[in-house]
Amino acid sequence: MPETSPSLLTDNWNYLVVIVLMMAGLFIVISRYNLVKKLVGLSIFQTSVFLFYISVGKMENGTAPIITGVTDTLYSNPLPHVLILTAIVVGVATTALGLALVLRIHAAFGSIEEDEILAMKANDAMPRARRAHDDVGDAR
Amino acid sequence: MMGIYSIFNNLPALLVVVPLLLAPIAALLPVRRLAWLLTLVGTGISVVVAILLAGITATGLRITYFLGNWPPPWGIEFVVDQATSLTILVMSVLAFFATLFAYRAIEREIAEKDIGKAYAAWLLACGGLYGLVMTADAFNLFVFLEISALASVILIALGAGTDRRALIAAYNYLVIGAVGATFYVIGVGFIYAVTGTLNMSDLAARIPDVQSDSIIFVGFGFMVAGILVKAAVFPVHIWLPAAYSYAPSAVSALLAAIATKASIYVLARIIFTIFAGVPDVTALALEWVLIPLSLAGIFVGTIMAIYEADLKKMLAFSSIAQIGYITLGLGLATQAGIAAGFIHIANHALIKGGMFMAVGAIFLAVGSRVGVETMRGIGRKMPITSLAFLICGLSLIGLPLTAGFISKLYLVRAMLEVDSYVLVGMVLVSSALSVAYLWKIVEVMWVHPAAVDKLEIKEQPALYIPLWIIALANIWLGVAPSGLVSAANGAAGALLGSGG
Repeated sequence: MPETSPSLLTDNWNYLVVIVLMMAGLFIVISRYNLVKKLVGLSIFQTSVFLFYISVGKMENGTAPIITGVTDTLYSNPLPHVLILTAIVVGVATTALGLALVLRIHAAFGSIEEDEILAMKANDAMPRARRAHDDVGDAR
Repeated sequence: MMGIYSIFNNLPALLVVVPLLLAPIAALLPVRRLAWLLTLVGTGISVVVAILLAGITATGLRITYFLGNWPPPWGIEFVVDQATSLTILVMSVLAFFATLFAYRAIEREIAEKDIGKAYAAWLLACGGLYGLVMTADAFNLFVFLEISALASVILIALGAGTDRRALIAAYNYLVIGAVGATFYVIGVGFIYAVTGTLNMSDLAARIPDVQSDSIIFVGFGFMVAGILVKAAVFPVHIWLPAAYSYAPSAVSALLAAIATKASIYVLARIIFTIFAGVPDVTALALEWVLIPLSLAGIFVGTIMAIYEADLKKMLAFSSIAQIGYITLGLGLATQAGIAAGFIHIANHALIKGGMFMAVGAIFLAVGSRVGVETMRGIGRKMPITSLAFLICGLSLIGLPLTAGFISKLYLVRAMLEVDSYVLVGMVLVSSALSVAYLWKIVEVMWVHPAAVDKLEIKEQPALYIPLWIIALANIWLGVAPSGLVSAANGAAGALLGSGG
């Protein structure tokens, strides 16, 4: 960070993007009833963290960390980038498992709207729902 | 020294590698009996390794293992000290007996074609949790956290064979758990940005030198908040009751015994190892966050359990209360308090593992979800299972001569040491309250006559033998607790000594 950094907005815009994405993602996870939308929110939330790590590791005017023989080269820190490679894999696995579960939930309940499913749970006697098309599932 | 211990130096790696290698084989095996046998061998090897590790570390030795032979600040390191080996020992023993129990339980509750995959997820969950406990790398910890979490989600979702609500429970656990894990990663990012290291002992050494207190504070907050979600500490416990109650019986027993314990251990590591150098930050968190939340969890969990009619849900709520006792012990931050926390980690694993097994056995015999009404007269119909359930239940309350009594005794003693009489009073009141929900079950089990229309109920040795071993362990640790107590004291010493 240069000494003369009077503008919060222009010098830290990547961190602002991180904060916006983080809040947006978390808000979707908390507020949406649609189970797929929740997973989308979760992915956005995780992506904001990836961006945060990458921003931390990037040096201004730094290059890729490859020894070229030129002295006084400024390198970016590769470690956070590698960590995020791992985190991306974990994120993909989480999303995949989540989507697979949503498929099974749709097969078992006939809906992927959390509020409708919760209403169904109260009525246990109901047969395995096969009413995906004949109810108000897509009214939202 | 290297000569003698060179083989032992590879033990920590075995604990993670064996389950992870066996998991894909189990998934591919077409015969369910073989898949189960493979899982039993895998968990059995873990028990042997854990016993060896406990034996080595009992002398105060600290085993370190460098993954890929990269020395620590660069490579990932596994560290096993007394605290680690005690936790691993408890987890691996319980996982072994849960596997024994699983043979009959899983074949009844999970579709034949899924059984191999279920055991694969079972092994992955165990391996992930062992890695979680041993790793000394803050980011590697996140990876193990997610390995075990994803495997647990699969195991919980398999409960859909008997109750479709298991799918919702699994989904919620996945989403809430992923948010918790991501919080932890955010925290690690902050700390890494100011220290430039991920190794726990390195972090502990560098954190006191960091000028910016606020970044340490924020990072610490995010890390602890994330792990609290995984450890199901009140009020971020909401995923637990549904997850434990709709999962297959054997899975409930496994997860209740080992999953949250690993996260609680990680919580202790973060507070007492990584952030040992900034006691003002951790003291603030312990005094104003962890202790109040533990107390709230104890009371909310107990009261919810009293009003719950479904037995598995009741046990899950009671787990939240019991987790409260453990974190309360840790929150005292004294040698005696942490030792009490570790004693209760072991005892609660035995208590809840046993109780979930008993309820699972009753569920399999009766063939429907076990509510308080279902339990009517079960005491006479299934005397062997019921007696073991009663022993574990009395241990839960904390009756003398059971393991639970030792937990409460040391917890109260640790509180008296720091003169917190209010806490002592609250623990005693909550113990009395827990009698209420247990009595509710015991009454219908023995006092009420059985429903007449009930068919012949048979008890299976494959189900009650592991259950009884756990029940007898509850009594044994209540009568002769000295081994566990000295191990827990050693664990507390190792935790407070390292990094500080």
